[in-house]
Amino acid sequence: MIRYLLRRTAILLVSLSAAAVVLFVLLRLLPGDPANALLPVGATAEQIEAARRELGTDAPLLSQFFSWLGDVVTFDLGKSLVSTLPVGDEIAARLPVTVPLTLAAFTLAVLIAVPVGVLAAARADRWYGPVINAVAQLGIAVPAFWVGLLLITVFALNLQVLPAGGFPPGGWSDPGAAIEALVLPVVTVALVMSASLIRYVRSATLDVLGADYLRTARALGASSSQAMWRHGLRNAAVPVIAVLAMELATTFLGAVVVESVFALPGLGGMLVRGISQHDYPVIQGIMLVSTATVLVVGFLGDLAQRLVDPRLLHRSTS
Amino acid sequence: MSRRRSLHLAAGLLLVAVVVGGVLLSYLWLPFAPDDTSGGRLAPPGGDHLLGTDKLGRDLFTQLLIGGRIAIGTALGAVTVGGVLGVSFGLVAGFATRWLDDAAAVLLDILIAFPTLLLAMLIVAGAGASLATAVIAIGLAMAAVVARLTRVLVKQILARDYITAARVAGISWPRIVVSHVLPNIAPTVSVNLALQAGLAVLAEASLSYLGLGTPPPNASWGRMLYEAQATVLVAPVAALAPGIALVALVIGVNLTADGLRDFTDPRRSR
Repeated sequence: MIRYLLRRTAILLVSLSAAAVVLFVLLRLLPGDPANALLPVGATAEQIEAARRELGTDAPLLSQFFSWLGDVVTFDLGKSLVSTLPVGDEIAARLPVTVPLTLAAFTLAVLIAVPVGVLAAARADRWYGPVINAVAQLGIAVPAFWVGLLLITVFALNLQVLPAGGFPPGGWSDPGAAIEALVLPVVTVALVMSASLIRYVRSATLDVLGADYLRTARALGASSSQAMWRHGLRNAAVPVIAVLAMELATTFLGAVVVESVFALPGLGGMLVRGISQHDYPVIQGIMLVSTATVLVVGFLGDLAQRLVDPRLLHRSTS
Repeated sequence: MSRRRSLHLAAGLLLVAVVVGGVLLSYLWLPFAPDDTSGGRLAPPGGDHLLGTDKLGRDLFTQLLIGGRIAIGTALGAVTVGGVLGVSFGLVAGFATRWLDDAAAVLLDILIAFPTLLLAMLIVAGAGASLATAVIAIGLAMAAVVARLTRVLVKQILARDYITAARVAGISWPRIVVSHVLPNIAPTVSVNLALQAGLAVLAEASLSYLGLGTPPPNASWGRMLYEAQATVLVAPVAALAPGIALVALVIGVNLTADGLRDFTDPRRSR
């Protein structure tokens, strides 16, 4: 386990630095000069030159990269070109919206998908097996923002039981209002996420149901639900955990879009604003934070997979 | 072929055909000119205006048909960009030496760690919001996924005996690619591309909804939904129709891909 942990940590560090390089190169390759964001239309060549010097974009690429990397390692993500406030501070201020939204939506999606997926596999011959399949198929084709719009229409505008959007200005100092504001966004993201999760859980369960060890357990006198609880779930969990780690990342992205539907002051709104204002430090900061999150979650997912199935540790590489 | 899968294929093709039919129709005939506001603001469905009008008085059914052009165009454009780039890169990586191939694999894994929509947003940030930018951005994100799949498939095929036999017979690598490698990877890659086409349609709609895709006055379904959100209580149809069209097209594409899988993998048919 220790050897694996060291290897996997090394891979994580390599991918993190590679991701930083890719992100840096991508943003520099893009057409459009960040200096333009600072200047009015029709600025003179001297003004552009001055703005570039101020931003440091006139320096050679390699030195730009290392100075940026140096800042990032010390958690300095630069300043917004538009508001001139530190990007790191604004990201930190917005995490209390995005993180609870992502985690709650992910938890709810798992709570929906695992029992429903297992049921769809174990009772494929009953009427609800195909029905669950059809609903899941529908679910993966529905855009998250449309689900949000429909939920707002029904629960906020027609029934008026929940707010249509926004977040209490005091944030979590009024927990009741904060939770109320997050209910519909969480349900929106969770519904969309659970559709694809159900399909994974179902196929993992189907694989396990046909396995010899379940038949053996049954032959030794275990009831079908005992066999499933003791042997089936743990085996079915292995592929599902790998998918879960990826899905957590996707949930985060779903949250980015859904935040815009509900006008929540989270990372999503910040990213969309940054893009439309060509605010490169903001875009770079959010992309870096989200890519790092994706990679770290993948790392934790791999570790969890090996805890559930120690056989993987003895198998070849990665 | 199993009955369930042929049913999927038929239902999928039917849904896609309805949308494509609407798009073709839109080039021959439109109920109103796209900028015709003679119907008055927020007219209810029925009468001249099948789905009513939007808050500027434009006919919604006309916009829905035009939105179909954008959706189908995105799907075709992104699949072309993603398919050509992805397959080429995957082929090169599959043939490359060990060291170069490892580097390509790591690069692809990192690119795939950026979700499609984030990558597309990043490109829109630099190039500005337009349909072409959105299509290229989505196509590029798709290319990474296609390249990873192609690379794995190419490696599997290159290990086969018939490739060695072809080499021994003195056939050149380019000819082996054309006559052995490409035909063997084509079925799996096309099913994957079909699935990606559905995702591309959803990604374009999300970008347009966020105001980062097709700029106005072009009626992308995502934009139509964004505009309908403010008036959903007065004009619910405006918030339903584009969503239903989107879901129908994506389900159609997904079901078609699912049904096609039978042709690509005979072992799967039961």
